[in-house]
Amino acid sequence: MTGLSESHPLRRPLSRRRRLAGAISATLVWVAVAVAVIPLLLVMFTVVKKGGSLITPRFLTDDLPIQARSAEGGVGPAVTGTLLITGVASLIAIPIGILAAIYLTEYGGTNRLARVIRFLSDVMAGVPSIVMGLFIFTVWVVRYQERSGLAGSLALACLMLPIVIRSSEAMIRLVPNELREASYALGSRKARTVLTVVLPAALPGVVSGCLLAVARAAGETAPLLFTIGLTYSKNLKLSGENTALSAQIFSNASTSFVAAQQRAWAAALTLIVIVLILSVVARVVAARFTVR
Amino acid sequence: MGDSGFRLLTLGCGLVVLVVLGLITVSTTREAWPVLRHRTQNFLFTQSWNPQAGRPLFGSLGFVYGTIISSLVAVVFAVPVSVGIALFVTEYAPRWLRRPVVFLVDLLAAVPSVVFGLWGVLTLAPILQHWYDTVAQAAHPIPFVGSVLSASGGGGGSGRSFFTCGLILALMITPIITVITREVFETTPAGQKEAAMALGCTRWEMIRSTVFPHSRHGFTGGVLLGLGRAMGETIAAALVIGSSVQVTKHLFNPGDSMAGVIANQFGEATGDFRAALIGLGVVLFFLTVVVNLIARAIVGDAAEASGTIGR
Repeated sequence: MTGLSESHPLRRPLSRRRRLAGAISATLVWVAVAVAVIPLLLVMFTVVKKGGSLITPRFLTDDLPIQARSAEGGVGPAVTGTLLITGVASLIAIPIGILAAIYLTEYGGTNRLARVIRFLSDVMAGVPSIVMGLFIFTVWVVRYQERSGLAGSLALACLMLPIVIRSSEAMIRLVPNELREASYALGSRKARTVLTVVLPAALPGVVSGCLLAVARAAGETAPLLFTIGLTYSKNLKLSGENTALSAQIFSNASTSFVAAQQRAWAAALTLIVIVLILSVVARVVAARFTVR
Repeated sequence: MGDSGFRLLTLGCGLVVLVVLGLITVSTTREAWPVLRHRTQNFLFTQSWNPQAGRPLFGSLGFVYGTIISSLVAVVFAVPVSVGIALFVTEYAPRWLRRPVVFLVDLLAAVPSVVFGLWGVLTLAPILQHWYDTVAQAAHPIPFVGSVLSASGGGGGSGRSFFTCGLILALMITPIITVITREVFETTPAGQKEAAMALGCTRWEMIRSTVFPHSRHGFTGGVLLGLGRAMGETIAAALVIGSSVQVTKHLFNPGDSMAGVIANQFGEATGDFRAALIGLGVVLFFLTVVVNLIARAIVGDAAEASGTIGR
């Protein structure tokens, strides 16, 4: 073989058309990232700028003003409401979700019922959050004739359940079979093996998945609209009408009063901080404890 | 605790999913039944919505239209961006930049929808209204396009419209489509990519000839999942779509969607009005479930074919 002749196709530089296509596509992927990231930064910037000045300890703890246009008062009841409603929703959804995930990995495996449950929890994850609100309204609020924090918690729990199930299942599945076999070899029964060996091994991943579900629920508004009602002063009980940060943002954003809109921005900042703390903690937990 | 007792407990928790889904279907349909039964024709196939009239009208078509149009606008904007980000992360980005970009896009998914709605209605919409007026003037002489892009109210509009809603929804579904697209892109066999490079392909030609054909299935599924999410998204839509029910090809006009009207009007609704709104919820439920089922089926096939993503 005597080297490539001058006219050989491999010797020619890339045609202008191919170079151009390469350059355009390489530019466009950068543009795509910018198109997604810039709005995110803009939203964050606007929320911090418009809401930041209002955030004081008093704002976070004072009762809501009776009149939306008043600049007095704070969002205290909404902060406690969000924490209470989301907390109770987690207490309902997380244990059920983890136990269901244990059924799927440890007992059901690939049998028909497990496949149906898996499939339906995917379906449930796609159900719009407002439908969860309507659902709890029809089965709970209509029956007991009361909007309450508990009703809101139930609606959020419905929303969280499929997320908890699928993320926990994925994590428990990663636990190596040798651990289970070692536990059996030591004479443990299955329930004990699951609770003392499998679950602890999967715990970081499970916790991180659950935290993401909690963060998602804390930011939700639609399931709460018709289920929790409204209160102007703190309600730390599950019964009786309650309120939440997201619900306050929604109702204040719909008004044309400047004071109400400012309260909405400040409440948005509070809510974002709560949600981001949960998400970042989830990520750190997952990153720190993941066995690679 | 006994072994069989624990097994039953976990089984019971698994069955909660079945029970809840069953209850959702039954209870919402039952509440909506008065309207669904007596006015099936009226409800499903007309667009006149006037709950306050002496003979109230509950036609859902305007809302179904608004939901579909705003979701389609969202998908049209979100898909190219998502594909771009996925390519950036899997093929183009320098290694140190990959994780920060993934983190930022995930952050986009963490922002509560009501915050997007607040930003959309108070900050974005007024700015967009100016653009709409400008674009409308520029597009006016062009047939069809001119009428699709015409601005309502001669500039006095609030900027709330199908289009604004679509843009906000696009922001919210971009992370979902990106995650799935990225996962399927990553499953392209390295051998195929290297072979393409060895044949002298540029990076873009390699992507076109190996990554895209390999990912077509999973990508379609991801887009449909995003579409399903956009259709069900409530609070942002309720704030920025404009709350004016109409079937129109003017994208810059205010409209309304199923989820949006439920959120905005349910509070004051009673009797048949409330039943009609719950009926809208039922329609929305079935539409999103169907879209999601198709998406899952496609994604599931892709996962089985490549044996990596999903279960």
